[in-house]
Amino acid sequence: MPKKELETANRPDNTAFTQQRLPAWQPMLSAGIVIPGFVLIGLAFIGIGVALFITSRNITVLEMDYTGVETSSDCFKCSAGTIPNCLCNLYFTLNDTFPGQVYFYYGLTNYFQSHRKFGVSVDAYQLSGDTYYFTNPLNVCAPYQFVNGSIPIVPCGLSANSMFNDTFKLYQLVNVSKPVPLDGRGIAWWSDYNVKYRNPTTTPLKNAFNGTIKPPCWPKPAYELDLTDPSNNGLVNQDFLVWMRRAALPNFRKLYRRITGPDYASGLPPGNYTIEIAYNYPTMIFNGRKKVVLSNVSWMGGKNDFLGVAYLVVGSLCVVMSIVMLIVYATFKFPEDG
Amino acid sequence: MEQFNWVRDRWRQLISGRRLYSAPDSRSTKCSPELHNTQRLTGKRRTVIARHGTHHHEYHCISKGYQGNRIRTTKYSLLTFIPMNLFQQFHRFANLYFLFLVMLNWVPVVEAFQKEITMIPLVVVLIVIAIKDALEDYRRYRFDQKINNNTASVYSGKHQTYVDQHWKEVRVGDFIRLSCNEIIPADVVLLHSSDPRGVCYIETANLDGETNLKQREVVRDQPQRCSELTPENFTARIECEDPNNDLSRFRGFMEHPGKARVGLHNNNLLLRSCTIRNTETVVGIVVYAGHESKAMMNNSGPRYKQSKLERRLNVDVLWCVVLLVVMCLTTAIGHGLWLSNIKEAPFLIPNAASPALAGFYLFWTMIIVLQVLIPISLYVSIEVVKLGQIFFIQNDVDLYNDNLDSRIQCRALNITEDLGQIQYLFSDKTGTLTENKMAFRRCTIAGVEYPHEENARRLEVYERDEDEATGRSHTLKSRTSAKSLSCKSLSCNRSSVSLHTLTDHAEEEEPPSPIMHQQSPFCSSMEKDIAPDPLLLQKLSGLSSPRFLLWDASMELTYIVDFFMALAICNTVVVSSHNQPRHVVKVPEVSPKKLKSLDDIKMLFQRFGLPRFSTLSPTHTTEIAHSFTGKLFATDKAASCNPTPSKNATEPDGEPNPRPSLPSVAQATDGDQECEGEDKGSGERGSWTGLEDNMVPLNMGDMSRQELFISKPDADELIYEAESPDEAALVHAARAYGCTLQGRSVEHLLVELPGMGSLVVPLLHILPFDSTRKRMSVVVRHPLTNQVVVYTKGADSVVMDLTESAESPEQPDGLMRGHVRKQTQKHLDDYAREGLRTLCIAKKVLEEEEYEVWLKHQVFAETSIENREELLMESALRLETNVTLLGATGVVDKLQEEVPETIEALQRAGVKVWVLTGDKQETAINIACACSLLRSTDHLLTANCGSKEMCEALLLDLLKEVESREAERGDAPDVTSGFTLVIDGRTLDFALQEDLSDNFLELSRHCRAVICCRSTPLQKSRVVQLVRDKLRVMTLAVGDGANDVSMIQVADVGVGISGQEGMQAVMSSDFAISRFKHLRKLLLVHGHWCYTRLANMILYFFYKNLRISPEVP
Repeated sequence: MPKKELETANRPDNTAFTQQRLPAWQPMLSAGIVIPGFVLIGLAFIGIGVALFITSRNITVLEMDYTGVETSSDCFKCSAGTIPNCLCNLYFTLNDTFPGQVYFYYGLTNYFQSHRKFGVSVDAYQLSGDTYYFTNPLNVCAPYQFVNGSIPIVPCGLSANSMFNDTFKLYQLVNVSKPVPLDGRGIAWWSDYNVKYRNPTTTPLKNAFNGTIKPPCWPKPAYELDLTDPSNNGLVNQDFLVWMRRAALPNFRKLYRRITGPDYASGLPPGNYTIEIAYNYPTMIFNGRKKVVLSNVSWMGGKNDFLGVAYLVVGSLCVVMSIVMLIVYATFKFPEDG
Repeated sequence: MEQFNWVRDRWRQLISGRRLYSAPDSRSTKCSPELHNTQRLTGKRRTVIARHGTHHHEYHCISKGYQGNRIRTTKYSLLTFIPMNLFQQFHRFANLYFLFLVMLNWVPVVEAFQKEITMIPLVVVLIVIAIKDALEDYRRYRFDQKINNNTASVYSGKHQTYVDQHWKEVRVGDFIRLSCNEIIPADVVLLHSSDPRGVCYIETANLDGETNLKQREVVRDQPQRCSELTPENFTARIECEDPNNDLSRFRGFMEHPGKARVGLHNNNLLLRSCTIRNTETVVGIVVYAGHESKAMMNNSGPRYKQSKLERRLNVDVLWCVVLLVVMCLTTAIGHGLWLSNIKEAPFLIPNAASPALAGFYLFWTMIIVLQVLIPISLYVSIEVVKLGQIFFIQNDVDLYNDNLDSRIQCRALNITEDLGQIQYLFSDKTGTLTENKMAFRRCTIAGVEYPHEENARRLEVYERDEDEATGRSHTLKSRTSAKSLSCKSLSCNRSSVSLHTLTDHAEEEEPPSPIMHQQSPFCSSMEKDIAPDPLLLQKLSGLSSPRFLLWDASMELTYIVDFFMALAICNTVVVSSHNQPRHVVKVPEVSPKKLKSLDDIKMLFQRFGLPRFSTLSPTHTTEIAHSFTGKLFATDKAASCNPTPSKNATEPDGEPNPRPSLPSVAQATDGDQECEGEDKGSGERGSWTGLEDNMVPLNMGDMSRQELFISKPDADELIYEAESPDEAALVHAARAYGCTLQGRSVEHLLVELPGMGSLVVPLLHILPFDSTRKRMSVVVRHPLTNQVVVYTKGADSVVMDLTESAESPEQPDGLMRGHVRKQTQKHLDDYAREGLRTLCIAKKVLEEEEYEVWLKHQVFAETSIENREELLMESALRLETNVTLLGATGVVDKLQEEVPETIEALQRAGVKVWVLTGDKQETAINIACACSLLRSTDHLLTANCGSKEMCEALLLDLLKEVESREAERGDAPDVTSGFTLVIDGRTLDFALQEDLSDNFLELSRHCRAVICCRSTPLQKSRVVQLVRDKLRVMTLAVGDGANDVSMIQVADVGVGISGQEGMQAVMSSDFAISRFKHLRKLLLVHGHWCYTRLANMILYFFYKNLRISPEVP
C-alpha cells in the first residue's frame, strides 16, 4: 500500500546497530565485584612476585670492574692507553660452585649507545651486504663515511667504528692455568645473524672489501675479525652483531661468551680464576667503566630483584585497597545497592 | 578552533563577495549627473525601472551594479582550485602544525626523521580533503547549473511578448509572468494577477517549511488592474531597500511619472523559491535577483557552536603544548650541559657547534621527535566520532514520530555531548508541553457564560481516542508534512542543497490531489467539530426566528452576533474549499432570496448595534417605533415561509460525526420565553426599538442589494488555513454557530450569518498580530449597518485594559459594559484556572469622520518607507482604544503525551526545569500541575508586584521564607516537596534588572522549578542569558514558535519543536524534535552516552599520545 510506505519513509531502521543494541558487556563495578576482584588480583600478584623474587635471589652474579682506576689494579697500567696491545689480568676466587650454565658478559657504564646520532649513524644497506653501498655509504654515516673524502669505510658509521674490542680469556688456576673454554657461537640474535646482516656473496670475502677501508678505530678489517673461524667474519661476526644491537641504557652489559666444556657444564667449580684481558677500549675519557660479569640465568632471565618486588608491592596494595573498600562499604553502604 | 572557523568563514565571505558582487560604485560615466545625485541621495536604496521600458539608457546606468539572477554557490573554479583549496586547508590549525613540523624537518641541523617520509601523512590528508572538496564543489556546480537553467517566462523587448528564458538570464527590471505552481525565480514585486481581486497566493515551504498559503497583493493603485500589463508602458520607478536577508520586511515605494507615490511592503513581494498557488498568472517586476534575493541571502551554513568539552579540551591541549616545550627545553638544556662536560669524546660525532647552540638545535629536534605529544589528530577524530553520534541520534527509533513521519534533526553537528551536561532546561509551554492543537472549549458573551458541556464531553472522547485515531486524519496529515519535510531537513545544509530540493520539488510537482488538501494545518476533526452550546444556539437562532422581536434581549443578541462576527473575520485565515483545492472561494453569483428578512435584520442592527442611538429620547420615538414594530413583524412572518436559513447555518453539510440535535422549535420558544423573562427588568432597552424609518433607505443606497445577497457557495466543506491554531479554532467555533467565513479577498470577506445568508463584508484594514500589542484588529464596514467597525481580538490582559477606559458611568450603556466587563473577568479567571487559553473579543464603532482622520494616518504610515513599522504600530495603537468588550473565549490545548513523565525524569536527573510562557498565571500554574512540574506537596512562591522597590522586598522576603523553611526541614532534603517560584512578566522585568538579578537567581536556585508567565520573547531570552552567564551552567531552551527563537539562540543548546507554528524555531535551533517527550531520551540517554564516550576517548587519546611519544627514537 503506497500510503503506508509514505507514512514511514523516514522511519529509522530498527536494527541492532542503529539502535545501539549490539551485544555488549559493561561491568557494573559494584562492591560485590570489585572487592573480591581486588583480593584475587592482589593474591595473584603476590604469588607471582614471590616466585620472581625467589628466582631472582637464586641467580648468582659476579661483577668485576677492570677499568684500572685504582693504582692497585693490574689494569692500571693499561688504563692510560699509552701501551699498545696491553694485557692485564683480573683475579678472582670462587668459594662455592658457580652453578648452572654460566654466561660471560662485558659491561660498560656511562656509555650512551642510545644517543640518537649514535643510533642513526649506520648504513643498513651496507650491512645487509649490498656492495653498491660498500663504495657509496649513506650520508648518515658521516663523518665515518669516507676516509680522506674518497675511500669508503665498511662498515661505515659511528656505531660500527666504536665497536668494543677488548678480548678476554678465562683460566682456572688449579696448578697451572687451565683455560676455561668459551663458546662465542650463537650469542647474537637470530634475526640479526640470518636476516639483517649479510656478507656479500663474493668469495673470498676479502675481495668484496676491495677499494674500501676499515673503520678508523678498528685494528683489523672486518673480514679478519675472527681469525680462528672463517665463517665468523665480515659483517656477520657475532661480536659485531652483539655490539650493533644497541643498549637502551647508559649502563649496560653485553654477552661475550658462554662457558662450555665438560668440566664446566654444571657450573664453575670453586677455586681461583684469572681473566686475561687484552685492554684496548678507552673509557676513562668519558668517565666510563668497564666490567666483566659472570652470571647464570633462570626462566625469568638474568638477575632482577626489582620485578619481583614490584609485583609484591602492587599485589599487597591491591589487598590493602580491598580491605579499605570493604571498610568503606560496610560503613557507608548505599541503600540502593541492596 | 572557534577563531579559526570564524576566520575561515570570513575569508569565504570575502572571497565570494569579491567574486560575486561587482562593486556598486563602478557606474558608467555616461550616466547623467542628476542620476548620480539621486543615487547618492537615496543612500541605502536601490532604484528599479523596467528593463524594456522607454528609458533604456537610464536602465543601463541604474542597473549596472545589480546582480543578475545567475547564482553560483561553488567555492572554486578550475583555475583557482589548487591554490584556494590549499589556502583554505591551511587554515586548519592541525594542518599548519603538521606543515611546520615538516618544514622543520627540512632544516638539516634539526632533522630527526627522513624528510620525505614525514611529508607523507600531510600530503595524504591534504589530497583526501582536496578530493572531497572538489567533489562537493562539483556537486554544487551541477545544482547551480540545474537551477540557473530553469526556465521562466520573461518579457522580451525584441519580441514584444513573453518568451521562455533561463533563470540565469533574468535581470533586475525584467517582467516575469508566472503561472500556477511555478517557482518564483527572483524577488518580484507583484504588478498584476489574474485574480480579479488582485491577490496571489504563495507557498513558502521552500523557504521556511510552512505549508499554509500566504496571500500577496498587487501593488495598490495599479492603473491596469484588469487588463494584461504592458511592460512597455510601465514607466513607474521603484525605490526600495538594498538587498537584505529579512524575509518579513520589504519597504519601498513606486513612483509613477506623475510623481504619485505608492508604498510597497512585504505583501507586494514574491520571494524567490516560493511557489505560486491558486492563481493562474501573475506578472511582476524583478527587484532583487540571484544572490541578492532574500532567499539566497538567508542561506547560511550550519551553525557553529563550541561545546563545553571542546573548550576544556583546548585548555588541555594548551597544557600539552606547555609540557612539550618544557620537555624539549629540559632536553635541550641537559644536552648542552652534558656536552659541555665532555671534554674529548672519542665516539661522538664531532660537532662544531658550541654546547649552547647544540642545545638549541636539539630543542627543535625534540619538538619534531615529541610531536605526537600534542594530540592534533584528536580534533579530526572527535569530528568523526561526533558524526557517528549524530548518525545514531538521528537513527533512533524512539526519537521518531510516527504521525509526522519525522526524525530528530541535528542541525548543530558538534555539541552532542553538551546534551548530557544540561543543568537548566527552559521550556515554552504552548506547543512544547502542549500539543498546540487548539480546540474551542467554551466562551462567555456579554457577561453570560456558556459552558459547552457537550463540547467538553466531545473533547474528552477525542483525548481518549487519540492513540487509536492514527487512521484517517493522521495519514493525511503526514502526507502534507512529508512533502515539506524534504525541504526542512535539507534547508539546514548548504545553500546549494536547499536549492537542489527546490528544483526537485518543481519536478515532482503533481496536480494537487484532493486527499492532500482535505487535511490542512490545524484542521483535525478535534479542532473542527464543535458542539454548540444549546442555550447560546437558541439565543442566536433568535436572529432567524420568526418571533425574534418578541424576544426582548436584542441587546444581548447584537453582542452575540458581533461576537461571532469577530470570531469569523478577525483573523488572517485563508479559505479554500474541497472542490477547488486551495483556491479561494469565488464570490458566487447573487440571488435575491431572503431579501425581506434581511432588510429587517438590518434594521434591527441599526437599532441595537449602535450605542449612539440609545441617546435618543425614548418618548420622542415611541410612536414611530410602535408602528414600525408591527410592520417588521408582518414582513418577517412572510419571510419565515422561505426555507429557514438557520438550518444551513447551524448544521454545515458534510460534517461526518454525530452531534447533538438542534433544539426543536418548541425548545427554542421556551428559550426565548426564558430570556424574555430574564431581561424584562432592563426596560430601557426597549426604547432602542425607536428607530428612524429613514435609516433604511439610507443604507440601501450605499450598497446595492445585488452585492449584499449572495447564495451559499456550492462547496460546503470549507478548509481554513490559519497561521496559528488559535485562529483556526475560533473560526471553526464561529462556524459551528453558523457564522461561516466563506471567502476572503483583499478587500472583501464573505461571511454567512445565520438567518441572513452570505454577506459581503468590505474589509478596510487588517492590523496584524504582534507580540508587543498582543492583539490583532480588523477594520470592516459592517454589512448591515454600513458603519466602520473595528473588531479586536487579543490577550485578555491587554484587551481588558483597553476596555477599561471605555467604562464610565456617564455613558448610558456604561452600566451594561461595566457589568459585562466584571462578569467576563470572573469567567476569564475561571477559564485560566481550568487551564484554558483565553482570548478577549472587543469591538468599536467608528464615526465616519473619526475613521477618515485615522485613515489619513494609516495611509501615511503604509506609504512611508523610513520607519513604516513604527508608524503602523502607532496607528494601530491609536485605533484600538475605547473598545467595547463583547466576550471571551476559552480554548483548550491538550498536553502532549508523556510530558509529566519526561519532566519528572529530568528533575530526577537533577535538571532544573523552568517554564517560560506568555500565558496567564493561573493557566500556567494549571498546566504546571498537569505536567507534574508542580506537585501538590510543593510550596508555591508567587511573585507579583508593581514596582521595583516592592519587587526587591518581595524577593528578599521569599528568600528568607525559603531559607527558614529549609532550615526547618533540616539536613535531610525531602525529595517529595520543594519550592516552585511563579513570577509574572512585570515582576520579571524588575527582577531581571542589574541590581535585583542576584536576589532573583539566589531565590530560583532554591526552587525546583520556576514558572514565568506573561513573559515576552525578549524576557525569555534575558532569563536564559542571565542564568547561563551568572550561574555558569549549561542551559537548554526548547520551544516551537517564533517567540522562542531568541531564547533558543541564547541557550547553550537550543531545541526546536517542529510543531504547528511554522519553522522559525526549528531553523534557529541546534536540534529539532517533534515531541517534548523525546527530550528525555535525547538528554538522558544520548547526551549521557555522547559525553562519556567522547570524554573517555579524549582521555584515552591523551594517554595514548603520552605513551607513544617517548618510544619514537
